[in-house]
Amino acid sequence: MELPRYHRLRSTFYRLQASRCAACQATYFPPRPYCLHCGSRNLEELRLSGRGRVLSLTRVYQPSRGFSDGVGTLTALIELPEGLRLIAQLTDVEPAEVETGQEVEMVVRRLRTDEEQGLIVYGYKFRPVVGARAAEGANSA
Amino acid sequence: MSAPSILLRTEHRVGIASYGAYVPRGRIRTEAIAACWGLEQKRVPIRAKSVPGPDEDTATMCIEAAQNALRRVAVAADQIRAVWVGTESKPYAVKPTSTVVAEALGLTPFISAADMEFACKAGSEAMQTAMAYVGSGMARYALAIGMDTAQSRPGDSLEYTAAAGGAAFLFGRAENAVAEVEGSLSYVTDTPDFFRHAHRHYPQHGQRFTGDAAYFHHSQQATRALLDALGRAPQDYRWAVFHQPNPKFVRRLARQLGFTEEQIRPGFLAPAIGNTYAGSSLLGLAAVLDIARPGDRILFTSYGSGAGSDALSLVVTPRIGSLRAGVPRVRDYLERKQEIGDYGVYLRLMKKIHRE
Ligand SMILES: [Zn+2]
Repeated sequence: MELPRYHRLRSTFYRLQASRCAACQATYFPPRPYCLHCGSRNLEELRLSGRGRVLSLTRVYQPSRGFSDGVGTLTALIELPEGLRLIAQLTDVEPAEVETGQEVEMVVRRLRTDEEQGLIVYGYKFRPVVGARAAEGANSA
Repeated sequence: MSAPSILLRTEHRVGIASYGAYVPRGRIRTEAIAACWGLEQKRVPIRAKSVPGPDEDTATMCIEAAQNALRRVAVAADQIRAVWVGTESKPYAVKPTSTVVAEALGLTPFISAADMEFACKAGSEAMQTAMAYVGSGMARYALAIGMDTAQSRPGDSLEYTAAAGGAAFLFGRAENAVAEVEGSLSYVTDTPDFFRHAHRHYPQHGQRFTGDAAYFHHSQQATRALLDALGRAPQDYRWAVFHQPNPKFVRRLARQLGFTEEQIRPGFLAPAIGNTYAGSSLLGLAAVLDIARPGDRILFTSYGSGAGSDALSLVVTPRIGSLRAGVPRVRDYLERKQEIGDYGVYLRLMKKIHRE
């Protein structure tokens, strides 16, 4: 993907900005100005929760240009509670530590560095949930 | 007219409304560094230090700490009018880190944003400024972050402690605070203890200045002046947090000031993860808030080379119990770790060696 497109879609890449059709509830990520289902132009902004579940996994051995740190990284198909599926890189995880069905959460990381201009592109990745909501009632206990 | 106070006073009473921490998952065992450079194991100051992942930098780490702070409270984005990042390790030399953070948090565009510099004191400088914005009435809430992926020259003594991590604090009016600020001050002098020239990649330390004249002098003067101005003594505090260049310095400083091992224990993270520079004292304060109870008084003193200290006196309020649960605490990040046993892998993660 070209850098101007990354920049235009930065709210999508930084904080999972989506859109939802007010008429038929269809959800779009990246957001769309009109609904592909019913043709409505009445779409509302929706910020996805960032929680998800791994549906399937693959390991990448030949990353595309600009992603040289990506050798051996894990890419997953992730199901979101908002009824969407997306493909994202997993981070902070070894292959042995992740399996299908696992709960993951979105984090913002460096996706790539443009080799010519040195621009850093930030965006979403997913990782196993930290703290696993185990800290519930921390101070209130 | 009364004599001017050395305290930095705000028009409105202010405090910490929420907070969040971040420490990356990687840990390099310092014995691997020592083995490479032929240093005797017994001379290594700590056992392990935190290391950022290949896709992490100060901006991504700030985003996670700040998100943790915002998840603990219900504060609308348009109530937050400033985000300041204090760091020594900016991803870009010129482009601000704070705008990336503000954008990722959904706080743009009507927000004040800037990166602050003052070596390891940059984070507490951001805190003082956030307090001023809220205390003057310019902002309902302001966000201050101290974060670093500390750089050290391979083979330098700093390589054993220079670590990654930090914390974010959302400041608000006292009635919304989980810890109210009772008083604060800054103490600075021109001291050449540690510096990095423009266009040089690594900092240098002025050997004769790093200890007594720098870290100890400023931390002590700021702490003692604050206690004097407030009429308090070390035993009035349940907890104390200091900047943590290495475990030995922190223990010695606490002893000199009259604080006990028990008072510094929960915020003393250097033995586990090293010196997170601008993140160090802020991360310690976050760890203290993780376990604090209403009524606990906390003494906080940062230190930054160059040199100076910010000292704050805080009192924990009953609102500490109303923070939303389920947000990772400092302990969760300390327990989530992946050991890097190899010095070569460490060099790659610190971007000191690259694939051609
Ligand atoms: Zn529709």
